[in-house]
Amino acid sequence: MSTLSISGLNVFFSTEDGPLHALKDVAFEVPERKIVGIVGESGCGKSTLINAILGLLADNGEVRSGQILFEGSHELTQLSKVEMQNLRGPRISTVFQDPMGALNPVLSVGQQMVNIQYRDDASKAQKAARAVEMLQLVRIPDAESALGRYPHQFSGGMKQRIAIAMALMMEPALLIADEPTTALDATLEVTTIELLKDLQKKIGCSVMFISHHLGVIAELCDDVVVMYAGEVVERGTVRDVFHAPGHPYTRRLLECDPARQTERTRILPTIPGEIPDLRARPQGCVFAARCLQQHLGCDQPQVEQNLGHDHAARCNLADEVSNQEVSA
Amino acid sequence: MSEAASNAPVPQSSEWMRSLKRLLREPLGVFGLALVLLVIFGAVFADFLTQWDPTRINPRVRFEGPSGEHLLGTDQLGRDLLARVLHGGRIALYVALVSTAISLAVGIVLGLIAGYGPRWLDNLMILVFDAMKSFPTVMLALALVTITGPSLTAVILVVILVNVPGYARIVRTQTIAIKTSEFVTAAQSAGASTARILRVHIMPNVIGPLVILASMDIPVVIAIEAGMSFLGLGVRPPTPSWGSILNDGFAQIRETPWIAIAGGIPIIVTTLGFTFLGETLRDVFDPRLKGR
Repeated sequence: MSTLSISGLNVFFSTEDGPLHALKDVAFEVPERKIVGIVGESGCGKSTLINAILGLLADNGEVRSGQILFEGSHELTQLSKVEMQNLRGPRISTVFQDPMGALNPVLSVGQQMVNIQYRDDASKAQKAARAVEMLQLVRIPDAESALGRYPHQFSGGMKQRIAIAMALMMEPALLIADEPTTALDATLEVTTIELLKDLQKKIGCSVMFISHHLGVIAELCDDVVVMYAGEVVERGTVRDVFHAPGHPYTRRLLECDPARQTERTRILPTIPGEIPDLRARPQGCVFAARCLQQHLGCDQPQVEQNLGHDHAARCNLADEVSNQEVSA
Repeated sequence: MSEAASNAPVPQSSEWMRSLKRLLREPLGVFGLALVLLVIFGAVFADFLTQWDPTRINPRVRFEGPSGEHLLGTDQLGRDLLARVLHGGRIALYVALVSTAISLAVGIVLGLIAGYGPRWLDNLMILVFDAMKSFPTVMLALALVTITGPSLTAVILVVILVNVPGYARIVRTQTIAIKTSEFVTAAQSAGASTARILRVHIMPNVIGPLVILASMDIPVVIAIEAGMSFLGLGVRPPTPSWGSILNDGFAQIRETPWIAIAGGIPIIVTTLGFTFLGETLRDVFDPRLKGR
């Protein structure tokens, strides 16, 4: 049984210029005790996906069809507001990109860490002890006195570790990490990722890890889901997707990763063009306008092609593409 | 923030102690605090500081100047002015505290609703607040007293009507600024209900500046009480109030100025005290000045 199983998810936003099709036929699984990376450039629908799962879409957003099945039994799109509130936090928790903003500036870290356990009947002292335990787990030095300090007295990396501690305090089944390392510098990024990996093993939860940093995904994740313009264009194990990408977009994304550059270059490779206007989705492939491997079928709807065990790409040429060598 | 600085242990209770210490370093703040404490002391211990009954009429000692027996003299009915001033302080502080507390409570609730609720409700409430604010205080007081008759309750009601729109507007603006911040999103994604977000996350961010503002508003409240009592719209005689003492002395200000002085000085002292204290508090709690 998968912790999270999404199928046929379509999300629309109503805008002044008509409906915007933000997520189209999104389907993927987050298996139990696995870390799944979601990768894609800005505007590809990563945040919309998180909000749809959490039931926190903006007022003009709407899940028009599809299923978000959590732990096999909860259909998240059908739950009431209160049922959803009871899942968020204890069962599904979230870590956000900006560690500076995720903590309330006027409450001490201890107050916030005790506050977040409000569903528990434990005494205040027990809750504080639990907070100290969690802070030690995320390697905050001098955890006990840290409780009395305010967020501005911690560095960015420490704040992000505190946020992670708070997210994992209730031992959720699913942790959604929304670019948790993007705002951190490179060294902190590595330690934070190792910490996340450790904690995930210890708690035994599943993680949905959103990032646009391919190196981080490769390092941390078991599976990867590549999104483009609100569609899942490719999904599979990190190994399969990174070594034999079946979608031209994945291929280009990998080629553009600065970490893969072996030679000095003045200009880093990019993918020219922009994400299409989602209010008027193209009939055929969403990536066609920027794709270098155009062929006759690009103006037709693309069907997800199976490329092997749990590896699929939404490109009619996927078989051919996956056999090409990854350049650069 | 460097790691070294963040490792300094700062227990949370000492945050208040540090603010208090900073307050005591400011001469203006100490002066303001002393004046406020003096007024509170006089009001609380009024019964012990003078043996006179503030409402006891004694026609044989009318218009007596300050003497050993009557330290501040007597008024046109022979009542001891010191007793009336001290007991008048009780009325002033009572009105100030009760009406400010109620104004704050109402203002916070309305402000949170306006700031967090739907847009149309926000617009409607702002319209009402602005309409209330545009009403001159004296006109409001006159209109209200015409309906209810002069009483302490009328004074408190006027103060609440005058203060609430301002407080609510501040809370609303702060709420709007905070509700889109990431820690509110984080709380939502941790399953917090709207009520919980308002109470645990938005309130603490709003309440600090508001309380300081309210402490600076206390002189205004005391002036409203004195003003309304002076005009006969506030407390009913024979209850002592600084405003009514001023009024008593006003008619005979040429012959017996001490009555008007006895009513005026405490108003000045209280106003100055709370203003100095409020301004220093504002500086002391200003997060930008923290750690100085």
